[in-house]
Amino acid sequence: MTSEHIVPKSTYYAIFIILLVMTYTTVQVAYFDLGPWNPVAALVIAFFKASLVVLFFMHGKYSSKLIKLVILGALFWLGIMLSFTMMDYLTRFMG
Amino acid sequence: MTSQAAVAPPRALQHHFDSLEQQRDVATLGMWIFLVTEALFFGGLFTAYLVYRSMYPHAFAVASEHTLIALGAANTAILITSSLTMALAVHAAQEGNQKSIIRFLVFTFLLGTAFLVLKGVEYTVDMRDHLLPGANFAIAGANPGHAEIFFSLYFIMTGLHAIHMIVGLSLLVVIMYMTSKGRFSKEYHAPVEVMGLYWHFVDIIWIFLFPLLYLIDRHK
Repeated sequence: MTSEHIVPKSTYYAIFIILLVMTYTTVQVAYFDLGPWNPVAALVIAFFKASLVVLFFMHGKYSSKLIKLVILGALFWLGIMLSFTMMDYLTRFMG
Repeated sequence: MTSQAAVAPPRALQHHFDSLEQQRDVATLGMWIFLVTEALFFGGLFTAYLVYRSMYPHAFAVASEHTLIALGAANTAILITSSLTMALAVHAAQEGNQKSIIRFLVFTFLLGTAFLVLKGVEYTVDMRDHLLPGANFAIAGANPGHAEIFFSLYFIMTGLHAIHMIVGLSLLVVIMYMTSKGRFSKEYHAPVEVMGLYWHFVDIIWIFLFPLLYLIDRHK
């Protein structure tokens, strides 16, 4: 059982500002030619933003081990679906 | 010795739980598990997107340039703000501040509605520009068949997301109603928390949709 942890409002405001700054950053970076690294940069920023939402807005950081395990489980199975699928397609037509 | 009167269980405590705390833990666990299924649900569409983007990178890049980046970026900011107001609503619930709960839920609702309005504007412009897959689809500078796949994914993914937004807005009204009836307190406010989890998740989906659909290739 977990007793409820009340996140201070100042934390929420700080995370909010960071999320807006990262949104602005991701748009600006999209206008730079980074070659094959553009999608990488976009996804790294998106992943970081999502992590902030999960950890602080959704109280992931303050949740029980069970819920943390559930969150990791989602990432794990999503990871399998994305990586194994792409591993298949990207290694076709190799002569 | 004085005998103590038995303390009545809190009205919100259901008979199959030992305590409000346990009941709350179960409610949030249930929502988290549902969100995992939702992540895999959208995940399938993201997988399809990745496969086709790797197969038709040029067509996807050209197609992406036709999306309305200003509206997409504005909607991203709107949803992030709505997550803030939702978190503040949960915070108010933890403090037992009924007026603030409703105030922040209303803000969240208004922001969510603004998102859908902008989405509607976008769809209208997209359809006018022949970007809706089907008989009237037309695009210049790329293989139209491949670009049409991009826009199929665009409409399905943002459409599915919009449906989730509409469900979220409906649930917000329900939670607002429950709050106005005095159902929540410092001790019991699990529905507000669970509402928050759902809302933040819908925000996270958009956080990934925005760069993948709108920002593929803006530097050419």
